[in-house]
Amino acid sequence: MLIRPYGDAMDDGAVQLSFTLPAEDSPRVREAARRLVLALGFDACEIVHAASLSEGFTMFIAYARTSVGIDPDEVEVDEGAVSDCMSFEEINRFIREEIGRRVVVVGACTGHDAHTVGIDAIMNMKGYDHHFGLERYPMVEAHNLGAQVPNERLVEYALEVAADAILVSQSVTQRDAHRLNLTALAELLRARGIRDRFILIAGGPRIDNRLAGELGYDAGFGKGTYAEHVATFIARRLAARK
Amino acid sequence: MGAPRLGLPADKIALARELASRIAAPVMEYVSRHTTVSIERATLRLLGADGADARGVPVPNLAVDSLRGRLENGAALYYVNALIAKGLTPGGLNRAIASGLDISTIELGDLERISREAHALLEAVFARIEANAALRRRREKEWEGKAKSPLLYLIVATGNIYEDVKQARAAARQGADAIAVIRATAQSLLDYVPHGATTEGIGGTYATQENFRIMREALDEVAEEEGRYIYLVNYSSGLCMPEIAVMGALERLDMLLNDSMYGILFRDINMYRTFADQHFSRMIIAAADMAINTGEDNYLTTSDAWEKACTVLASQFINERFALAAGLPHRLIGLGHAFEMNPGMKNGFLYELAQACMAREIFPDCPLKYMPPTKFMSGDIFMGYAMNTMFNLLSKVSGQSIHLLGMLTEAIHNPFLQDRYLALENAMYVMNNAADLGDEIAFREDGMIIRRALEVLNQAVSFLEEVDRLGLFEAIERGLFAEIKRPRLGGKGLEGVVRKSPAYWNPVLERMENRPAAKEGD
Repeated sequence: MLIRPYGDAMDDGAVQLSFTLPAEDSPRVREAARRLVLALGFDACEIVHAASLSEGFTMFIAYARTSVGIDPDEVEVDEGAVSDCMSFEEINRFIREEIGRRVVVVGACTGHDAHTVGIDAIMNMKGYDHHFGLERYPMVEAHNLGAQVPNERLVEYALEVAADAILVSQSVTQRDAHRLNLTALAELLRARGIRDRFILIAGGPRIDNRLAGELGYDAGFGKGTYAEHVATFIARRLAARK
Repeated sequence: MGAPRLGLPADKIALARELASRIAAPVMEYVSRHTTVSIERATLRLLGADGADARGVPVPNLAVDSLRGRLENGAALYYVNALIAKGLTPGGLNRAIASGLDISTIELGDLERISREAHALLEAVFARIEANAALRRRREKEWEGKAKSPLLYLIVATGNIYEDVKQARAAARQGADAIAVIRATAQSLLDYVPHGATTEGIGGTYATQENFRIMREALDEVAEEEGRYIYLVNYSSGLCMPEIAVMGALERLDMLLNDSMYGILFRDINMYRTFADQHFSRMIIAAADMAINTGEDNYLTTSDAWEKACTVLASQFINERFALAAGLPHRLIGLGHAFEMNPGMKNGFLYELAQACMAREIFPDCPLKYMPPTKFMSGDIFMGYAMNTMFNLLSKVSGQSIHLLGMLTEAIHNPFLQDRYLALENAMYVMNNAADLGDEIAFREDGMIIRRALEVLNQAVSFLEEVDRLGLFEAIERGLFAEIKRPRLGGKGLEGVVRKSPAYWNPVLERMENRPAAKEGD
């Protein structure tokens, strides 16, 4: 069944938009902004606010209506790693019963990326927003190498501690730095013939399971995912390998 | 503008300061006996070393690298000796070094003459640095009352200095008082400072002396139009703290991010290297009348803001002590803290208020730097905007000095032009609308705000006692700060630390150590 954006009545198709144009504010430019929204395929548009930013830039807030609808049942989506997640207790029990030893996980921010927020949220004892990190899991041995770790060192470390899984966090996405770093690690593992020894996982605000798959990873975890998602995936994948 | 009083016990605060003094003393003892490659390069830069060779290796690096094994005597000796022996100006010598001249092979001449020549060179360069400081003071006086309180601080980070200039000018025109040009992501780990204007950097723009000059000129133009001083900020952190401090001094930067332990904990730079570098850099910063901004906010992005509030306060005491030891008066010690509690926490705002007023009361003369929420910012920009509003209100009420504006798109992308505009609009609305609220508030003596501040102060004292018992080096090794463990012989840059010989000579230190010490309340 087709559904449309909902403002205050079914199928009204109401959408709120905000954007900046590189032009001084004027009645002409406001009309241009409205036409721009119509050109995007909206049926109606009202510019409700225009603010002059500086040196020839104007920000607009617009409300528009669309008649376009979509049927969610027709949409293909890769929920992959996030669906059907176990709880903290369930994961530890699962590992104890199905794997029978502690699972070794090594994590790092690689390349030049210095943002440890993501890897810390997944790995630190405390975790993030009441979701414990992997260090808290009795059945996980977690090694957080921190930021700006060269891929080579990460791989050496993973071999040294016989890691089951490698987690790579990438926050900086300017000029596709995350793709380049992630690809380089996957290639390094393949070149050394040890790619299959590890469950390779990518994480970061702009990473999802699809992108991770494209770059040669087993799974990707983006916004709104926590340690239990990552741990569930690792535990199930290891159990399946046995 | 006053913040509400908490009436914290003066004896507890004095005890914390005494502990910080005891903690810093053995570190300062170590610092006085060692130099580093970047201290030596900074010294050469003050004597005139500049430029780079055809591969882009900076002349100060070429010179200092050629002196491996002799750095224990100080690089200045060999550089100034080469100037005299070759009869060159610094410009001429720099070109010769860039073309392959090895200054370590030149026979040493008369030491008296070398010293005289060095001090003559320093006389000129410090005249420039002091003129920069005088110009800033003159402008501040001329435009007194025009800068906002707290200063509204915005970041630009395009990677291209010319693009940064456009964004910085836009931000300043919209109301920003301070502009920080964030550095390229890996620059803190480079053991050199790149040369010249740069147009490519990931995550930020390289800090170079030429980039400093370009941005300074652009902001001065906007300042003239606006009739309001615009502060320029960069980062004296990482492996080149002393050199960046020198460049900032020469190009009239106004504030430098500079923390005594940040590099150790968050960049895995060797602790000996960082402690030596931070001291030298802070002496330069003091000589140039620049302010430091310390990085305590980082503790809270790694650890929990409620549980670890005491580590922020403890670090502020330690940073204060190291800064005073380097000659920085309180008015130049911008201690950091942050608004990072979980927004779902009941009464979280009250606890943040307690901690912000606590910092204000304990460090009354310091330009406190308050950092916005980042950890719990999500893709919900509307919630993020609401959190920033609370942060703005709290900063004004508690009398903060430097206010880094939160971006509603913090967790999503580098700020759009409109994101900065919305941040400024929010802050200027809130801070005008609640301008004198802080003066109207008196806290209940038995209330949760005063109790929270007391609790954090007591925890900080206990924490400092533990650090004092272990010694700072050992405390860092054991992971007491930010739950990060750093071995004393680990981390980057240890190979660049050199024990001074009895003959060690540094004319910059001679000059600065002869300056009158900073007075309290200066």
